[in-house]
Amino acid sequence: MEELINVVDWSRAQFALTAIYHWLFVPLTLGLGIIVAVMETIYLKTKSEKWLATTKFWMTIFGVNFAIGVATGIILEFEFGTNWSNYSWFVGDIFGAPLAVEGILAFFMESTFIAVMFFGWKKVSPKFHLAATWLTAIGASLSALWILVANAWMQYPTGCEFNPATMRNEMTSFAAVALSPMAMSKFFHTVLSAWTLGGVFVCGVCGWMMLKKRNLDHCWRSLKVGAWVGVIGIVLTMITGDTSAVTVAKYQPMKLAAMEGLYKGNHEQAIVAFGILNPSKQAFDDQDPYLFDISIPYGLSFLATHDFKAFVPGIEDIINGVSYDNEGNEINTVSYAERMERGKQLQEMLSQYSAAMNSGNTMLQDSLKNVINADFKHFGYAYLDKPEEAIPNVPLTFYTFHFMVTVGGYLLVFLLLALFFVYKPNILNKAKWAKWWHILAIITIPLTYLCSASGWIVAEVGRQPWTIQDLMPNKVAISDLSAGYVQTTFWIFAVVFTALLIADIGIICKQISKKSQTDLEIDNEKK
Amino acid sequence: MTTYNLLQNYWWLIMSVLGALLVFLLMVQGGQSMLIHYGKPDKRALLINSMGRKWELTYTTLVTFGGAFFASFPLFYSTSFGGAYWLWMLILFSFVIQAISYEYRSKPGNIYGSRFYDTLLLINGIVGPVLLGVAVATMFFGAEFTVTKNNILNVQAATISQWGPRHGIEAIFCWKNLLFGVMVFFLARTLASLYFINNIDDEEVNASQRHLLLVNAGVFVPLFIAVVVVILTSPGVGYDDGGNMEWVAYKYLKNFVAMWWALVILLMGVVMVLFGIGKTLMKGDYKQGIWPAGIGTVLVVMTLFWVMGYNNTAYLPSLLDVQSSLTLRNSSSSEFTLTVMSVVSILVPFVLAYIAYCWYKMDHRKLTSDELDHTDEKY
Repeated sequence: MEELINVVDWSRAQFALTAIYHWLFVPLTLGLGIIVAVMETIYLKTKSEKWLATTKFWMTIFGVNFAIGVATGIILEFEFGTNWSNYSWFVGDIFGAPLAVEGILAFFMESTFIAVMFFGWKKVSPKFHLAATWLTAIGASLSALWILVANAWMQYPTGCEFNPATMRNEMTSFAAVALSPMAMSKFFHTVLSAWTLGGVFVCGVCGWMMLKKRNLDHCWRSLKVGAWVGVIGIVLTMITGDTSAVTVAKYQPMKLAAMEGLYKGNHEQAIVAFGILNPSKQAFDDQDPYLFDISIPYGLSFLATHDFKAFVPGIEDIINGVSYDNEGNEINTVSYAERMERGKQLQEMLSQYSAAMNSGNTMLQDSLKNVINADFKHFGYAYLDKPEEAIPNVPLTFYTFHFMVTVGGYLLVFLLLALFFVYKPNILNKAKWAKWWHILAIITIPLTYLCSASGWIVAEVGRQPWTIQDLMPNKVAISDLSAGYVQTTFWIFAVVFTALLIADIGIICKQISKKSQTDLEIDNEKK
Repeated sequence: MTTYNLLQNYWWLIMSVLGALLVFLLMVQGGQSMLIHYGKPDKRALLINSMGRKWELTYTTLVTFGGAFFASFPLFYSTSFGGAYWLWMLILFSFVIQAISYEYRSKPGNIYGSRFYDTLLLINGIVGPVLLGVAVATMFFGAEFTVTKNNILNVQAATISQWGPRHGIEAIFCWKNLLFGVMVFFLARTLASLYFINNIDDEEVNASQRHLLLVNAGVFVPLFIAVVVVILTSPGVGYDDGGNMEWVAYKYLKNFVAMWWALVILLMGVVMVLFGIGKTLMKGDYKQGIWPAGIGTVLVVMTLFWVMGYNNTAYLPSLLDVQSSLTLRNSSSSEFTLTVMSVVSILVPFVLAYIAYCWYKMDHRKLTSDELDHTDEKY
């Protein structure tokens, strides 16, 4: 059993490591892709060599970043098979389809047109080149769409039915999988947050160049596009964040409770604007969950349901199966203890189904199948040892959520100011504090990366212990491997990815530094 | 044959096309393995930039091959990837180090120096084709695994697919698998020479590649004959309509006899490969050999996939429990999923068309040292 737990932990660690490294590069690809495409469009419209120089400057950085995103991405896809083999069979019928569509429709688009984008300046017409740049950016977003559809399905399994004959879930509606509310909110929230990061990155790099007083015209041109993309990104990220919260409240109430450190829910539930959790707090121990908190009245009720009076269940309510309507009437939901019991009964029935299948008793199979499908939403609970096992890591979920929201608010202000300075450059040019603004812009880059990573930590840690919400906990999803094997590959990945990250940062910094020391317009005209 | 069976066969056909295209595109890896022959930086740069404009296609085809396997035959994904852990991990590592090497090798600030990245390309160039060949060979010669779907009901040990304790290392050291892998490696090098001859306009590179073509094709052809003989004389696992499986002597030979059209296509493919190689070697000004050889390669690999999975054959035989062997029938996705994906697959010709168009636009002017000297967009 200890070995099993070790394998689960190391498999999770390896997947988390790969995903975190992958997500360091993907948002910049998504955000910068759009920015570069907009810049090239302006170039083609204005025929200005200055815009061409600016486009090429950012395209170089896009290319360096793109390569390492690709490298870490391949590992993620194959890890579903190598480390989560049970999962691959249990839901491959549903999960595999978006991945295959991603490969056929998105990856080939990206990989084909990125070659034209980088090497085709003198080989294809300007319009064809612009189309290639846009198709690369669109291909990257399409790729994100399908992988996020797959991820959303793990958070909210829909459009499927369990087949006891094959012991797996099978798709019944592709539209339900691809267009589920979870998938849509996840896609828009994630991709738009990447636009924000792209915009901030441009602002930060330009901040550094302006601090050094290099290529100022190029910086102002870049900022014009970067700030606009960033502002559009952050505004829409906030709107879709609100949609995401409502979706999570509806389909993953435990995650929402963990995000707020809420153990006992209430009507007119306040939201914690700032808080320090009580580290010794456990479910059902009657301790105050916070050492200190500043709350906004009605906030969580409104965030979760768009109704100031609504009841928001806490962790203990969810485990006990208690909720209330707006009139205060108790709504009977199923407690976790009962879900565990019903899950175990389901497993019994599945054993009977297998026996009936082997003996050719189709009548018994049919009657069992109906019962199994009616109760299948409890299947995963059979594997839990106690209800509390279904509580995610509350401190990590709570703090990353609040960090994400706080930084998101800051980014809105920062990007609006950046856009303001684009149209009123003299204010910044003449200001004595301009230096500090540029430094702030540089610091905002890592802050935005941390904000972006925090979002994913909330999404993934908040749904633990489930690989597939309610249906398959992590300990059932893994491959038949020894902990030592996974531990070995974990450390190899850690070393390789870190070495690559160091090289990536080194190259990007050098590119920015080197290019910024040449007069970009003149440098470009020479070619 | 039921609609479901037709869909399973159709998706095996798609897998065979993707697998065949992947083998063809392994010419990029073959080219990388040739870096060892080029000491002069300008010639190395020509080779690397020629391959560098295609590496993403190989990479994407590998990823799509994996994704399509996951979607259409998830039990293979679950069994082979989770079981032959070390084999697949080594393959993945070799591709990870490839992905960044092109982009980083000549960029200032790359910390480790361009020789380091060239070494990574070399490693991927050797390890990638050999181990991918080994992985495909297990589908002919079998692997040490069992599949028990009811394990999912065992709370303490729920894993469906169990593999032998060495988790893929044993597959690498099986001589039949290794023979297959080395054959794929020399095929990749042969195709790479033909590609360089077509794509690079440089007398020195042209002459050296014709010499390398002679050497590599000289090794590849006997290896290919040996692999074909081994496959045709090996047993395979067949199954009846009830899904009961048993080992059948000369199964793949019998499949070629039963599917004579596959044998015809195989022979056509072999002739095209030999024609591409032979004419390039004999005519000093002939540079189009990559096309007949490439198309021939695709045809040959497709037929190998067909005899591996069609005609009631298990495409991944289990050496531990024959009834656990994977077939198109017991390992595929549901009829609904295969139908949905078949609709998506209608777009595949469109995808191939724009790839071909872009390839043409980018390559109709051949790569020269002069071009590399006058551009910033290079590796």
